[in-house]
Amino acid sequence: MAGYILKRLIAAIPVLFGLTIIVFLIMAMIPGDTATAILGSYATPENVEKLNRDLGLDKSLPQQYFIWLGNLLQGDMGRSYSLNRPVLDEVVERFSATMILAGTSLVLCSIFGLLAGVVSAVRQFGWTDKIITFLVLIGISTPSFWLGLLLILAFAVKLQLFPASGMFAIYGGGDLPDLIHHLVLPALTLSVVATGVIARLTRTSMLEVLRQDYIRTARAKGLAERKVIAKHAFKAALVNVIPVIGIQAGFVMGGAVYIETVFQWPGIGSMLVTAISTRDLLLVQGGVLFVAAAYVLFNLAADVVQTMLDPRLR
Amino acid sequence: MTEAAVSSAPKARTTARRPDSIRLLLNNSLATGGFIVLVAVALVALAAPFLPLADPDVTAPANRLMPPFSPDHFLGTDALGRDILSRIVWGTRVSLAVGLSATVIAAFFGSLIGLVAGYAAGRVDSVLMRGIDMIMAFPYILLALAIVAVLGPGLLNALYAIAVVNIPFFARNIRGITLGLSRREFVDAARLSGKSNVQILFIEVLPNVLPVIIITMSTTIGWMILETAGLSFLGLGAQPPQADLGSMLGEGRKILFTAPHVSVVPGLMILVLVMSINLFGDGVRDVLDPRLKSGVLTRPVARTTIDRKEAPSGLKPRGDAVLDVQDLRTEFHLGGTVYKAAGGVDLHLAQGECLGVVGESGSGKSVSAMSIMGLVPSPPGRIVGGAAFLGDEDLFSLSDERIRQLRGADVSHVFQDPLSTLHPLFTIGDQLTEAILAHRRITRSQARKIAEDLLKLVRIPNPAERLKVYPHELSGGMRQRICIAMALANDAKVMIADEPTTALDVTVQAQILSLMNTLRHERNAAILFITHDFGVVSAICDRVAVMYAGKVVETGTTEEILNSPAHPYTAKLIDCVPVLGEPERRLDAIEGRPPMVNNLPQGCAFADRCPKAQADCRAAPISVTEIAEGRSVRCLHPVKEGEHV
Repeated sequence: MAGYILKRLIAAIPVLFGLTIIVFLIMAMIPGDTATAILGSYATPENVEKLNRDLGLDKSLPQQYFIWLGNLLQGDMGRSYSLNRPVLDEVVERFSATMILAGTSLVLCSIFGLLAGVVSAVRQFGWTDKIITFLVLIGISTPSFWLGLLLILAFAVKLQLFPASGMFAIYGGGDLPDLIHHLVLPALTLSVVATGVIARLTRTSMLEVLRQDYIRTARAKGLAERKVIAKHAFKAALVNVIPVIGIQAGFVMGGAVYIETVFQWPGIGSMLVTAISTRDLLLVQGGVLFVAAAYVLFNLAADVVQTMLDPRLR
Repeated sequence: MTEAAVSSAPKARTTARRPDSIRLLLNNSLATGGFIVLVAVALVALAAPFLPLADPDVTAPANRLMPPFSPDHFLGTDALGRDILSRIVWGTRVSLAVGLSATVIAAFFGSLIGLVAGYAAGRVDSVLMRGIDMIMAFPYILLALAIVAVLGPGLLNALYAIAVVNIPFFARNIRGITLGLSRREFVDAARLSGKSNVQILFIEVLPNVLPVIIITMSTTIGWMILETAGLSFLGLGAQPPQADLGSMLGEGRKILFTAPHVSVVPGLMILVLVMSINLFGDGVRDVLDPRLKSGVLTRPVARTTIDRKEAPSGLKPRGDAVLDVQDLRTEFHLGGTVYKAAGGVDLHLAQGECLGVVGESGSGKSVSAMSIMGLVPSPPGRIVGGAAFLGDEDLFSLSDERIRQLRGADVSHVFQDPLSTLHPLFTIGDQLTEAILAHRRITRSQARKIAEDLLKLVRIPNPAERLKVYPHELSGGMRQRICIAMALANDAKVMIADEPTTALDVTVQAQILSLMNTLRHERNAAILFITHDFGVVSAICDRVAVMYAGKVVETGTTEEILNSPAHPYTAKLIDCVPVLGEPERRLDAIEGRPPMVNNLPQGCAFADRCPKAQADCRAAPISVTEIAEGRSVRCLHPVKEGEHV
């Protein structure tokens, strides 16, 4: 198993390099002159030329890439001009906040999604199934940023159960209970769509598995139906669902952009939105690269878990 | 057999499918509902310039933040005093247009990439698909953000960004289908007829991938509307004075606490729009993708449904039998058609006896055997009549819990394909100990010891090591030995073996048969042995029951049946068996096909294929005649000793 994980990690390296190329190219494709864009009204010809030289923009594209990559590997992602601090510092700080939010949501959507899917499949065509199916449909059709606003109205304004924004209370906060208190609404909101997607797939997968011959064997052995469902059918269905949970990690991290804005969560998502408005492209670059790398690792983890569950893949 | 009965139903429907697509779609009430809402929304959005609505952009500071249901402003006004109803209608127009355009752009470029990659295959394919993989390595929304970051905020830029990040979905789906299609004969034929690659791609291949393109479009358009609304919400899409639903929601957010309706209403509109699209899209997918059509993906419940019209009061167990099946009737209900897979089957098994049940595919032999312990998939199967006595208990009137206790303990099963019948994700040891622990109150390690002994019993070398392996690591013969070991785990009185050797090599077949034969003598277990192979019958069975079209047509000892078959069908069936060293022996298959069990004739079901059939055969149902002690036949004109049919 350790060998397999190592193999997968090594296989992920080219993908990570691919990500750097794409991120670099996207930024290099900015229409117009970057230096002029950055300098704005200070764009005198001398300033433009100096900045171009400073940024290495007078070199060829591959040269620029390798210089950029070299700096990146040394932990230098440039300096954010809007915040006037190193991009890496800002991104690392923000990244952990996003991971707390996205990680919690991912756990929530996996639990709720799997549970709803299994119950729905077991009660196929029954009322429970119909209700779950309909809720799932609403879930995947709801704009999450709107749902966040509704939850703020209901639970923060009306019932005053949870805070409406932020990660910690401004006065006297900062401990774990405070964090959890702040985390409930955004994490729930963020998990809704992914829960729907996972529930749908789990239902289909369970229905598929329950028709298999080995389920008939389990029943023919005289196993209790509860065990047939919870052990034999669920494990087989889980193997199909795990990769999709990995993909959902990407949707959850992406969806965090909205949720962090709505709940003013100090994560990468809200940072990106501000950075785009202020055209702080180095910050955008750093943020995108970090989240994309995390996504690759999430998918890798999903692969590893799937392989652990399914001996045929080893 | 089950498979035959089940698979014949969708086939019958396929022919009628094309012209019925729309009706089928309308039969789905949710999809219809979605469609109606969608059309209504689209019509209102289209007719916006002609509707008596206030100008959406005219500000009126005096009327700012009026609540919903105010006079003149049904949905109230926003922070600048603009009429929300009017803004919603105009905003929906923008959102719909943007979502549709993004879908069309993504579908066009994605399908093009998919078609070219799938058709060209080889290097072109791998270069294109690596590129697509790279894009997919990014979290979806993040990539859209990066694109907007580069192009700058704006509705058109948001549209491009959303279209670009959706291209991979189309490219992947279309490429997969195209790859399969371009290896098909009609493509080769087109190539031989001198058509160019471009012609083949667009005239031959494209029409066949069109349904997939439409499915992908209908399932992604909702997403695209949501995501463009999201970008506008963040202030990166529509810029004032231009407004779509997302930007209205974003503006309303700033005054969420004082005037919630300004943000709640546009959000609700997005939900309604996206949900109607998703409902309709799911309906479209169900119609175009037959695999997902309702009824195909039904889940068999733990036990076959028992739905006997009347309690079989007249049926009593015979004294000498361990298992006595009487007048068993099992049906499959599929799309309004009833398939009578078992139409009154009688089978009985004495202690330690091996009864062979023989017949062609679809004769009902497996269904009858699987009905006994309620293992016929249900839905669509159901037991509608008869009784199965295990000792004194009628299995069809027992509780589910009692059946569970009997399964694997008193009656065990061995199935046909040992690869698909063993769970791929659990070790042999897990699966065996589980079978033991389901019926005995012992510790796990004790059960493991028993499992090891069982493996020894079925002649598996290194049993302790083998307990740790997974099914896919064993050969077919080994796997079937495991299954037999599992069937022996709790000293069952009756073992139901459903073609246990059919999936195996001939030499392995012989080993498994001799193993089963030895074990049944050692353990004095009765076996109900389902097979279509008379060679297997002669190797292991004491008695034989021949089945045809859901009924037993002849029973007797193996010797009697093989040497002097009484039913013309049995005689024909035996004639079909090739014998080594007798090449001149006629090997004619039985002419015609067995009747469909959803449309059985009144009289003898074999009459149409029978050389001895006469008028009386077709007139009325044929009853069973006892022609000797323990020997009976369902025929008015049985074959006489020495007669040839």
